[in-house]
Amino acid sequence: MNDADPAPDAADARPAEDPAAVVRPADGRPEPAADLAGLVDGAEIVICCGSGGVGKTTTAAVLALQAARDGRRAVVVTIDPARRLADALGLEGIGNTPARIDGAWDGELSAVMLDTKSTFDEVVLRYAGDDEQAQRILGNRFYRNISGALSGTQEYMAMEKLYELQADESFDLVVVDTPPTRHALDFLDAPRNLTRFLDHRLYRVLTAPNRGVMKAVNKAALTFVRSVSKIVGAEVFDDAIAFFQAFEGMEDGFRERARAVLQLLDDPRTAFVLVASPRRDTVEEARFFAERLARADIPVAALVVNRVHPRFTDQLPEAARARADTLAGTDLGGLYRNLADFALIAAREEEHLSGLAEQVAPAPIARVPLLGSDVHDLDGLTEIATHLFP
Amino acid sequence: MPPTSDGRTGTDGAARFFASSRVVIVAGKGGVGKTTVTAALALAAARVGLAPLVVELEGKSGLASMFGVDDLDYAEAELAAADPEAGTGAVQARTLTPDEALIEYLNDNGLKRLSKRLVSSGVVDMVSTAVPGLRDIIVLGKVKQIEQTMRKGDGDDAPDVVIIDAPAAGHAITFLRSAHGLVDAVRVGPIRAQALDVQAMLTDATRVQVVLVTLPEETPVNELVETAYSLEDEVGVSLGPVVVNGLYPEIDGLDVDPKAAAKAAGTRLRAGEATALADAATFRLHRTALQREQVERLAERLPLHPIRLPFLFDAELDPEGLSILADAVLDGLADLPQVEP
Repeated sequence: MNDADPAPDAADARPAEDPAAVVRPADGRPEPAADLAGLVDGAEIVICCGSGGVGKTTTAAVLALQAARDGRRAVVVTIDPARRLADALGLEGIGNTPARIDGAWDGELSAVMLDTKSTFDEVVLRYAGDDEQAQRILGNRFYRNISGALSGTQEYMAMEKLYELQADESFDLVVVDTPPTRHALDFLDAPRNLTRFLDHRLYRVLTAPNRGVMKAVNKAALTFVRSVSKIVGAEVFDDAIAFFQAFEGMEDGFRERARAVLQLLDDPRTAFVLVASPRRDTVEEARFFAERLARADIPVAALVVNRVHPRFTDQLPEAARARADTLAGTDLGGLYRNLADFALIAAREEEHLSGLAEQVAPAPIARVPLLGSDVHDLDGLTEIATHLFP
Repeated sequence: MPPTSDGRTGTDGAARFFASSRVVIVAGKGGVGKTTVTAALALAAARVGLAPLVVELEGKSGLASMFGVDDLDYAEAELAAADPEAGTGAVQARTLTPDEALIEYLNDNGLKRLSKRLVSSGVVDMVSTAVPGLRDIIVLGKVKQIEQTMRKGDGDDAPDVVIIDAPAAGHAITFLRSAHGLVDAVRVGPIRAQALDVQAMLTDATRVQVVLVTLPEETPVNELVETAYSLEDEVGVSLGPVVVNGLYPEIDGLDVDPKAAAKAAGTRLRAGEATALADAATFRLHRTALQREQVERLAERLPLHPIRLPFLFDAELDPEGLSILADAVLDGLADLPQVEP
């Protein structure tokens, strides 16, 4: 860990702490919470993951809201650039620092909209040896490019934000919505990827002018770089080299933080909530996530299934369909056709979900029905809460 | 234009749509059914006698199973064969990933010997980190290459229309804007030339049009409208019809009391059935009304021709379901105005 003074705004959010302090006993996780209510009351970090469009953001907001109602101080982080959380909370212009949402609850509710670039800037300010180094990096064109919405950067900065907020003593619970990538668990790899990048041979080659010996050793790698720079333009590489030279000395800080973040993800007080919808494709993606988490030895703490069609009858869809066919042309036929449609989709959805439910067992499962209207205010979140916390 | 298999008339609109640009990019936020719409458009194109090529940019999706084809590990595969008697064309599909496109690009630019190593050693990761949008521009450059073979009408292999399953919205804007960004960032060299070419392609309505997809719900409609204006203003790309996916088909007589309906039909209901029928009917009427409201709101806010696709209660997208959607696409295109607004 770099022992330089952290930048002022970083210090506000993150009181002096040692990453070693987050090392928590790894001796088996506690029994998973029996339901979501137990989860939001016990966990310190909740990570909502799932594919795009399944209602992750809304679910994250409802979990944080419920914690606030239970008297906890909760903060919800969204990474979705579509500003859906702002919609869901009826708020506009939530920023990169927690904004308090007022409401009739005993605890506290705050929200953060992750701004990848600002977060990256804070990280640079924190680890830079001095202000001059920080400014050299912040002003570098290569840095300005990578600190935006580049693949991997967003995931890493989400984890960075998570780390910062969990260390902030003004919150008891941090709920995180994950980036809407196709590979929605990329954030699990983000800290490791950064470390790998810092350890990459090419990285060392690029900083080689300061390390004479490397120059000769990596002649071959330099040939690569020259060839590629012919295509993309040499100036890009000049910027990159200047960036990595400016970065020199900060790697240890980054590496240490990456390790701490990974430990946090693996901590028993961190709960992963899998969010899905009952469609076949989204269930398949959810199963993929569950598998990915299992490989990392991380249990799914709960499964939330949004947009479930209501079940109006226990009749088999075929029976209702047969009635509809017999009665075709009459009003009753239309009514049966409609019932058959809903019986069919309810059966299909259950079929799709059963395998997933088995896979994440014994995680509790909460079903949220397809609601009459869109959720874009606290009333809507409250309605969902009645289904998540019956 | 040959007649379609079911003797459907009014395919002029569809023929006009698919002839209006060589490339159709299908975009929309996650969960709206982008891939489904891509497949339905392709099947509709095949039904009007064209040979479409579907390009998947994010690796494989459920496309193969929709066409009832084994999930092949394909670079390029035929999803449906041409049927000269029915007058339908063949549907081809291929994936186009940044890494593959980049290797191809490096090969084409005299770095064949190095290209594989460049990728495997991580140099490419490094380079594309340094040049944001590089991966996107390489992929779009490949699309441009395919589009150019169509323009020249090279051989019989060239598809009639290319339909692209774009990355999810938000990202779709970044993806399509990559050319602009690179033209600003890179001042010399082949990549700049490539970016300029791609920019020229994207802003030419006879070469590329974007079909946006949404669900008939409030937030997706809002996001679609935002995306539409961003794409027009920031990319200058031409927008085709907009697809509203997942509309409940309307059923007549759902407002009739089940007991009265039973009496009229001369039959009796079992215990509890009246309630089930009435609740299900109320639910559908309510949702249908909400959906209609959103369709109207979309029409007010975005002057684009709508294509309405039905919700499939079967929830399994198989060839039968896809066929229903392709019919709906043809219906939706039947009254496509001559001149796009």
